[in-house]
Amino acid sequence: MTRIQHHIPDDVLDTYRTGTLPHAFAVVVAAHLSLCDECRARAEAQDMLGGALLDRTEGAALAPGARDRLMAALDTSPPPPPPQRGSGVFPAPVMAELGGQPPRWRMLGGGIRQQILTSDQDGSLRLLYIPPGKAVPEHGHRGLELTLVLQGSFSDSEGAFHRGDVETAHDAIDHQPVAGSGAPCICLAATNAPLRFQALVPRLLQPIFRI
Amino acid sequence: MPIPMAAPAADGCGISAPDGMNGPVTDAFSEVTRDLLAVRDQRDRAAFGRLFDHFAPRLKAMLMRGGLQDGTAEDVVQDVMLAVWHKAAQFDPHRADASGWIYGIARNRRIDLARRRPLSQPEEMPEVESLDPDAVQILAFQQEARHLAEALSRLSSEQAEALRAAYFDDLPYSRISEMTGLPLGTIKSRIRLGLERLRHELRKIAP
Repeated sequence: MTRIQHHIPDDVLDTYRTGTLPHAFAVVVAAHLSLCDECRARAEAQDMLGGALLDRTEGAALAPGARDRLMAALDTSPPPPPPQRGSGVFPAPVMAELGGQPPRWRMLGGGIRQQILTSDQDGSLRLLYIPPGKAVPEHGHRGLELTLVLQGSFSDSEGAFHRGDVETAHDAIDHQPVAGSGAPCICLAATNAPLRFQALVPRLLQPIFRI
Repeated sequence: MPIPMAAPAADGCGISAPDGMNGPVTDAFSEVTRDLLAVRDQRDRAAFGRLFDHFAPRLKAMLMRGGLQDGTAEDVVQDVMLAVWHKAAQFDPHRADASGWIYGIARNRRIDLARRRPLSQPEEMPEVESLDPDAVQILAFQQEARHLAEALSRLSSEQAEALRAAYFDDLPYSRISEMTGLPLGTIKSRIRLGLERLRHELRKIAP
């Protein structure tokens, strides 16, 4: 596996860590952290600092009996359910969005497929499947888009992206990703605005496919 | 002194350090990290009680600082400490010390209370028993954790306060500014200064 070259930007990682990142983007961040030791270490190092601060904090008095209640609960409380596991190219946070099932692709034409995982006013999250050498129709963005490669690769004006790489696109970037040769490119994409396709036919199809 | 690192690996969970490493490796652990390893490897209730005595009041203070009412904070502390007991098998001294690990659990609970949907979490790493323990790496990591704690004590009280606001309150910077009456740019630069000063320690922890 090639080394991951394109990481989660600091500001996005900070927003994830404070818990204010909308769900669609949080899943992309969690999936990248599942694949990228470097970003995971960055995030976990922050916890170490939080822990050191916690140690130096003066405690607040607990309710009487709090300790006894907890010690008694050790045997009676059910253990948490086992965590979701990853499967194939899909890391655990993506499998959780898929409900533990393989993707149910919808054809978009040209061999391109997608599955929408969530879509609300804060953002939408989809899996895309792009056959080797195929271009995703050209589109522009409003707002933020994060695209994580799970299988294969794609290239555009921003560079080449392989498994684990994240492309961060802000306003006004027009890019035309083309899937690399080899395995079909599967990626996880979060946007906070509907994509605007520039070719006429895809634009007409946009409301139908919600791409 | 009990030496969790050298516990017989009969259950497959103990870490057997190379000869001569037991002393230094064990010494590198903070008391709470030693207790957490005893909970993980021996399900040691006395050690868990000590963890409760150390962390529960501090966690409650942190949660109330973050805006929770007394009763809610108390409930979340119970949840967090139960999670410590149940998830102890996930604790890996190559990557965390007890304080950082428990802080992370508490932070995630606090976040999920405030969100419509729980925050998506990265895949859990393989359980510790399936890892090959590397005493040298553990030693280096735990020493860095101590250096980090020492670095905190070198910060000015204003820097330490700004850090605490960033790590416990999770407040947007604008609200920190409101509370303290300081201009936004100053707060941000203080947080950054505090972090910058700690960064070389963090780099060694997370190369």
